[in-house]
Amino acid sequence: MRRDRTVVLVGVILAALLAGGPFLPQWAMFIVTIAFAQGLVALGLMLLLRAGLISFGQALYYCLGAYAAGALGRFVGIGDILVQMLAGALAAGTAAFILGFLLAKYRGIFFGLLSLALSMILYGLLVKNEALGSTDGFNILPSTLFGIRPGPDWVRYTVMASAAVVSLALALIVHRYLRTPLGRLAPAIKDNEIRVEYMGASARYAVHVKYVIAAVLAGVGGALAATTVGHIDPDMAFWTTSGEFIFVTILAGTGNVIAPFAGAFIYGAIRTTAYDLSPNTWQLSLGTALLLIIVFLPEGLWSLFKRHARHS
Amino acid sequence: MPVILDARGLCKNFGAVTAAAEVNAAIEKDSVVGLIGTNGAGKTTFINMITGYIKPDQGTIEYEGRDITPLPPRDITRLGICRSFQIPQLYPSLTVYENMLVGLGIVLRNARLAGFFHRREGDVPGYGKPAHEVAEHLLERFGLADYRDRNAQVLPGGARKLLDIALTMVAKPRILLLDEPTSGVSAQEKFGMMQMVLDAVRAEGATVLFVEHDMEVVSRFAQRVLAFYDGRIIADAPPQAALADENVRRYVSGNRA
Repeated sequence: MRRDRTVVLVGVILAALLAGGPFLPQWAMFIVTIAFAQGLVALGLMLLLRAGLISFGQALYYCLGAYAAGALGRFVGIGDILVQMLAGALAAGTAAFILGFLLAKYRGIFFGLLSLALSMILYGLLVKNEALGSTDGFNILPSTLFGIRPGPDWVRYTVMASAAVVSLALALIVHRYLRTPLGRLAPAIKDNEIRVEYMGASARYAVHVKYVIAAVLAGVGGALAATTVGHIDPDMAFWTTSGEFIFVTILAGTGNVIAPFAGAFIYGAIRTTAYDLSPNTWQLSLGTALLLIIVFLPEGLWSLFKRHARHS
Repeated sequence: MPVILDARGLCKNFGAVTAAAEVNAAIEKDSVVGLIGTNGAGKTTFINMITGYIKPDQGTIEYEGRDITPLPPRDITRLGICRSFQIPQLYPSLTVYENMLVGLGIVLRNARLAGFFHRREGDVPGYGKPAHEVAEHLLERFGLADYRDRNAQVLPGGARKLLDIALTMVAKPRILLLDEPTSGVSAQEKFGMMQMVLDAVRAEGATVLFVEHDMEVVSRFAQRVLAFYDGRIIADAPPQAALADENVRRYVSGNRA
């Protein structure tokens, strides 16, 4: 059997990060870790986008994951990175399973705006909630791994390594899912649901499953972001956060499960550079970057890689 | 021949329009039945009721002794009743081959032969071959092999019709309902196309009901004709007898006598 190039690529990225991590400056490890967190959300959005659905409210699950991780520390006293990510996944997954019964019926703009509305409801609830710090949010317990608290120089590396292992493992699971009949149904649902039904499949069920998977990924991403930044607040559910995730997803393209992480990393790099060069107009630079990509690379950055692969 | 599909007392009204009034029809296994009638006579409504797209106001539809009236389209499809459409329903952004593979994937998944935890996909039920071989086989049978890697969006009209029918065959249907399979196809090509479709379908063994406006096509390919008028079946007989029927000549085929 032919070697799956995506699996090889994942292996190479993981090995490079784990081996090269200790030599990276702290700020670089921070950017990489946040890129994994956002990449996970974008990976979920990619699943939905393949089926023709755009969620303008994926920050809902990102925020839920972050607050689940935070609550674990605040109320139970657990700061383990892996447990936090698991809690984020469970909280987001459960919410999406329930809300999915409603959302899986909708398509197009209705799906987008309904998801946006739900995320803003969470935002509203968090802002009013004194126990969860209202608009200020609250701080996250220092990260531990398997009960061990890494030394101050090793915290960033520990978090980044955990992020890399979990994110890339999830990417491989999604990669596998995309090859199952249910995963391959996405473009068919986008194209023609009547035909999907008349071939014996339920488009609504398929969308529901994708919605839950996307939420779980966003929940893990949220927990990861919480433990990396060390602080959470309701802005994580605000619609501009959702907008950022859509930006990353479009930047990346839907070609491959690695693309969202690459997209998130490049987004972080553009944003950091733009902010560094001109703190007042960084949004302008970001907008220009997105415009150029939509015009010249309508299928996202991944199409560059694909074009290259075809020529070689 | 035993009856495979039995429609009894089907009634359906859309407001003041009667789309079906006491429609009774018992379809025998492995027969080829032509449905004729002017536009609005109730042919497509009949097909839509059988496939679960429209629920009759009254009456039942039994498939091999089982009442399928309340089932949704996808469950009826899973039982082996498949349909093609007057306007082909394809996946336009996918290639012809990918269109077939999506369909075969659904079949494999419904049979629990493929999924996340399956190391490799099983053979397609009814064909005993892996999905990609079944796809090639069906494309060959329906004369679509040359279009294999073309996007469904850019296919010529006849090929779209054929792909629409080929897609129904992936599930190895027991009953195939073809809604105007030759509409939009030139008069010269109609017979060749119908012959190819029926050869392909009969090679896989299925009962066929087809809607058709061309009476020459009907008399050549149907073994039995159901003539619809105003939501009613006004004639149910072999083609020669049905087309000679006075009511059929008046209301369906035009008074050519």
